[in-house]
Amino acid sequence: MDEKKNDYVLLKGNEAIAKAAIRYGYDGFFGYPITPQSEVLETLAVDKPWETTGMVVLQAESELASINMLYGAGCTGKLAFTSSSSPGIALMQEGISYMAACELPGVIVSVGRGGPGLGTIQPGQADYNQAVYGGGNGDYNLIVLAPNSVQEMCDCMGKAKELTFKWRVPVVVLSDGVIGQMMEKVLLPEYTPRRTDEEIHQQCPWATNGIGLKNRHYNVHSSLEFDPLVMEERNHKMTEKYARIEAEEVDYEYYMADDAEWLIVAYGISSRVGMKAVDILRKKGINAGMFRPKTLWPFPNRVLFDTASKYKGILCVEQSEGQLVKDVRIAVEGQTYVSHYGRSGGMIASPVEVYHAFKKMMEESVNSKKGYWIK
Amino acid sequence: MTEEIIISGFGGQGVLSMGKILAYAGIMEDKQVSWMPAYGPEQRGGTANVTVIISDDPISSPILSRYDTAIVLNQPSLEKFEPVVKAGGTIIYDGHSIIQPPTRKDVKVYRIDAMEEAARTGNSKVFNMLVLGGLLKARPIASIDDVVKGLRKALPERHHKLIPMNEDAIRRGMEIIEEVTI
Repeated sequence: MDEKKNDYVLLKGNEAIAKAAIRYGYDGFFGYPITPQSEVLETLAVDKPWETTGMVVLQAESELASINMLYGAGCTGKLAFTSSSSPGIALMQEGISYMAACELPGVIVSVGRGGPGLGTIQPGQADYNQAVYGGGNGDYNLIVLAPNSVQEMCDCMGKAKELTFKWRVPVVVLSDGVIGQMMEKVLLPEYTPRRTDEEIHQQCPWATNGIGLKNRHYNVHSSLEFDPLVMEERNHKMTEKYARIEAEEVDYEYYMADDAEWLIVAYGISSRVGMKAVDILRKKGINAGMFRPKTLWPFPNRVLFDTASKYKGILCVEQSEGQLVKDVRIAVEGQTYVSHYGRSGGMIASPVEVYHAFKKMMEESVNSKKGYWIK
Repeated sequence: MTEEIIISGFGGQGVLSMGKILAYAGIMEDKQVSWMPAYGPEQRGGTANVTVIISDDPISSPILSRYDTAIVLNQPSLEKFEPVVKAGGTIIYDGHSIIQPPTRKDVKVYRIDAMEEAARTGNSKVFNMLVLGGLLKARPIASIDDVVKGLRKALPERHHKLIPMNEDAIRRGMEIIEEVTI
């Protein structure tokens, strides 16, 4: 037990991202500083992984450069990541769409702040749409993971590594300024060596890493296609792949929901606030529970649809004006009343605020089972 | 056991590092911990605060609306956090930095003249450790051994020579804190 205590380190979420990436054997990081995620680059600069694992750390001249470096790294079968916050991620959308179009691996860490525009530097969750529905053009999806603790920030870097190569889909780790800035105790993973060129050649026959002695035709990655029939074919292939991801990779968890009659749905920091709100509600004799999607895409539609009728009402808690709530309504298909509560612009709802919003939702649900769009 | 603490004062007083050492001490006690700063365009002389939670159970929200203990090191912090300490909770304030002391009768109030003590000894840098000592006297949430272990983990090795000085300050802080009756 004592040994375990000594293995724990106290880290900010952003620091955990950086340290986890080094230990999971990431080949590179390209990024540009922005509050509230600057500690990712800072920690990498302090830890100097280029001297130990050989990981490349590069402060690019902009977010556009960062994402296109990630695109390049993905083409060669290397495992790389970038990180930024809301307006910085907005700048990256073109590159993200290109990566998705070329079916390339890559990890994008998004530490959300208050928006829109430059907004504030305080925490926010208004980038759900940006991550899940994309700001880039075309029919594409990204796998979106939503950690809610510093330990999960660390673990998500491992999961993102696995998923992005398994499916050749860029993975977004969608966090927020609270999880990025707060410190909690963390067990960091053991070091995994970076893959050798030989291993990349074996595992990624699609990689543009030089034909050399590999005895194969050259590979090309381009999102540009002049023949619409060929492009449609590419879209169909991607759509089939997305369906398989939706079937296999959905992840979620419940809190106190076994006997719950009322439900909170929340992700990221809001799920931590939501847990405390559930505790308060339970103390007041209300059978509340919480459902937390851990993957925002693929979204846990199926389980929400199958269980929706169990609940008298659902309150979506997110630090935005209402983005996740739309996906929940799509999943629930009007079987029960769905309402929303959240602060925005960099404000975070406290558990007591959520408690009061929950009580309001309970009252409203009695009168209006359907027609949630009527204000 | 769950202790929800807010530490608030001027930037540069060591509020955030005090919280960090406290959180590390919590880890040494095998507890769950969270440390959440109010971050932003903060600077020396501006306001700074940090929420530290130490608990036997997994910690839900790192953001709170009420606290068990408030450590207030300037007047605006007292005005902001005095009303949101739970009944039966604790307020600790620095005698030099607070002009109008707390008035609530349903909480325990402690005064520590840490600023004066730091000035007297000519070492203003240990101010926050004096306050931490006071906290540990008023609310024994971690042993001094675990705090020192926490210091060892929180400080880079090149600063380990400073640990005895900090330990002395913590012990001194435990001596100079006194309960105030209102």
